[in-house]
Amino acid sequence: MERAVTSGARIGDRPRPKKNYLNETRGFKSWALTVDHKRIGIMYLVGTLCAFLLGGIFALLVRLTLLTPAHKIFGLQVTAETYNRFFTLHGAVMVFLFIIPSIPGSLTNFVLPLMLGAKDVAFPRLNLASFYLWIVGAVMAVSSMIIGAVDTGWTFYTPYSTTTSGTVTLMTAAVFVLGFSSIFTGLNFIATVHKLRAPGMGWFDMPLFVWGMYSTALIQVLATPVLGITLVLLMLERVFQIGIFDSRIGGDPVLFQHFFWFYSHPAVYIMILPGMAIISELIPTFSRKTIFGYRAIAYASVSLALVSFIVWGHHMFVAGQSQLATVVFSALTFLVAIPSGVKVFNWLCTMYQGNISLETPMLYAISFLMLFAIGGLTGIFLGTLSTDVHLTDTYFVVAHFHYVMMGSTVTAFIGGLYYWWPKMTGRMYSEKWGQVSAVIWFIGFNATFLPQFILGSRGMPRRYYNYLDQFQPLHVFSTVGSWIIGLSLFMSAAVLLASLRKPADAPDNPWGGTTLEWQTSSPPITHNFEDQPVLENEPYDYRPKAVTH
Amino acid sequence: MSTTLPDIHSHGGHDEHGEHNPYHQHHFATMEQQFDTSKLGMWLFLVTEILLFGGLFVGFGLMQHRYPQQFIEAHEHLKQDIFGRPFPLYGTINTLVLLISSWTMVMGVNAAQTDQKKKTVRYLVLTILLACVFLGIKYVEYSHKFHDGLLPGIFYAHQSEDLIKGTHGYATFFAFYFMMTGLHGIHVLVGIGLLSWLVMRARRGDFSSAYYTPVDLVGLYWHIVDMIWIYLFPLYYLIS
Repeated sequence: MERAVTSGARIGDRPRPKKNYLNETRGFKSWALTVDHKRIGIMYLVGTLCAFLLGGIFALLVRLTLLTPAHKIFGLQVTAETYNRFFTLHGAVMVFLFIIPSIPGSLTNFVLPLMLGAKDVAFPRLNLASFYLWIVGAVMAVSSMIIGAVDTGWTFYTPYSTTTSGTVTLMTAAVFVLGFSSIFTGLNFIATVHKLRAPGMGWFDMPLFVWGMYSTALIQVLATPVLGITLVLLMLERVFQIGIFDSRIGGDPVLFQHFFWFYSHPAVYIMILPGMAIISELIPTFSRKTIFGYRAIAYASVSLALVSFIVWGHHMFVAGQSQLATVVFSALTFLVAIPSGVKVFNWLCTMYQGNISLETPMLYAISFLMLFAIGGLTGIFLGTLSTDVHLTDTYFVVAHFHYVMMGSTVTAFIGGLYYWWPKMTGRMYSEKWGQVSAVIWFIGFNATFLPQFILGSRGMPRRYYNYLDQFQPLHVFSTVGSWIIGLSLFMSAAVLLASLRKPADAPDNPWGGTTLEWQTSSPPITHNFEDQPVLENEPYDYRPKAVTH
Repeated sequence: MSTTLPDIHSHGGHDEHGEHNPYHQHHFATMEQQFDTSKLGMWLFLVTEILLFGGLFVGFGLMQHRYPQQFIEAHEHLKQDIFGRPFPLYGTINTLVLLISSWTMVMGVNAAQTDQKKKTVRYLVLTILLACVFLGIKYVEYSHKFHDGLLPGIFYAHQSEDLIKGTHGYATFFAFYFMMTGLHGIHVLVGIGLLSWLVMRARRGDFSSAYYTPVDLVGLYWHIVDMIWIYLFPLYYLIS
């Protein structure tokens, strides 16, 4: 296999060091009290994947409930109340426990310091604290499901959330804690990127993954505190009736929506930017070609982060904000298409005339491009006032954000997991079965969510328990699709876990990557590099002179 | 922040003079880099603090816009001292107390930077005392409000001709009053905890011109807490 090198560090086929970050110390305590970013990344990975499983089970239950208008799962009647809980828990678990923390907490924690040639993140113990806050938040969120139930949807809209009897207070407290976990992660990454780059690595020598995660971290730090205070206000409104969101006692329910989306729209970019960050690594590596438009992609990441703060009103086109506000927010929303388009076209140009190899991560990356294109373009329908009024709160919206959140971010996450798995574990997985899982994923995803675009445009409202008989064929199609997605994820889990049963066999640089994480052993030693790497060349240098055999 | 103890994986850092500094963490090349990084981290944290309070300021502004008359009446009430004169005595004293505490904090940081252990301890203790005075006055002020039934939401039980119970706006005003000054009070309390920890470490002789990061960072935190009060004071006690 070809290996490409950017710096003078020797990689060749040097012997694998006996001690690495996985086996240097042993025992529960050595993991529970670790400050090593790689171990914290692994713990985050396990944690967020458990949350993904839990959220996924609720997703399957939602789809099963909607399979027939009779709402029976294996003969058991699902009531409307139970259905409301299913979709609330699916949304809350997926958003707050999986998508927001997953890529930053797991993959980024692991590779970002390696990519910068650093020994660790800037604040290792804050990093561990962030993980434990995630655990506390997760326990609180799951307890709120066991003790009572939450049926508000993940958005906790008032006035319903201030009047319903469920354990909303505990769930919002959980999200508050998770917010701090997210802030600490973001703060850590910003300080790391600013201060811990390897000697010789300027801002425009950083891999684009780092640019993407830096933009993500900016949003995490700047938007999450506002969600925190909003949730505190919501809790106080429930407990003390302070009169801010509930109109019966003088509050303004739309104010909650403004506060909520002021965070949660940027939060959508906390979810998508890491996906884009991963794709910016996968595409050049598997096209064996220098990334096209490096600076354009870097600037696009930061501008997406900035634009994300000024478009929140597009969630409230029909919620009673002024006509002027809706027009302004609609216009601003179209701005999002520019940096997104810049990225997609640059990725495509990178692939153009590249030496493309279709290994598992690349298959996921290509899926990402197609799914993100659909997700992004349907976003324009929703940003346009005239079409949005028709499509608001229909399955069209559901399909749109699943194409972005799941079709794009989760696809990139799985692709990234396959990509860095040899680095994280020191093991190669079965390439063939990995590829099969990618193809099934693409088929299953489209089978589930393409019908929902049609459902939505024909008027099927989101979150509804009942539907007209004429919608049943499309619901059946979508539910069967969800089983195919389940199959693909099950396969991925099996493929990756099976690789752990064999001895370490992964070379240092299995894909011929050019970023610094491929220049240390697989798995890396505890201190990441034998010697401090010094960056000499620009990133993504695949020119032939740098290739050794 | 995470700059206070040597890392458990530490090889033991060495600064440029080859001298071993026990507080040097292994993942930083120099003590200077470590200090700069910690400071950047603290500033970022302070940004999140301002955004946290920012949400409450915006909420207050919007509710004031919704209930202008009620908010002005509540302001007028809040301004009165215990004798009913329109002068915010408690608030004014507390503002002065916090301003002086900012000065003692600066002196404490300066003393730590210049290897003056006794002076460091003295100024930090002074800062703690001033913070306690602030909370003491806040306690008296809160008790007065509790007694008058000027409480948030369902607890609002004021019994006089003005600020009548049942009218939208009054309870909301006092809800914001307690939330904002309360959240600020919690920050003062946390500050007292941090300062006490600094006093303990300063007495142990941890700080010197080569390592004073924690004093510097807590100093930044303390100034932000003061600054937030500088905005709260006119918002609640002076605007009419």
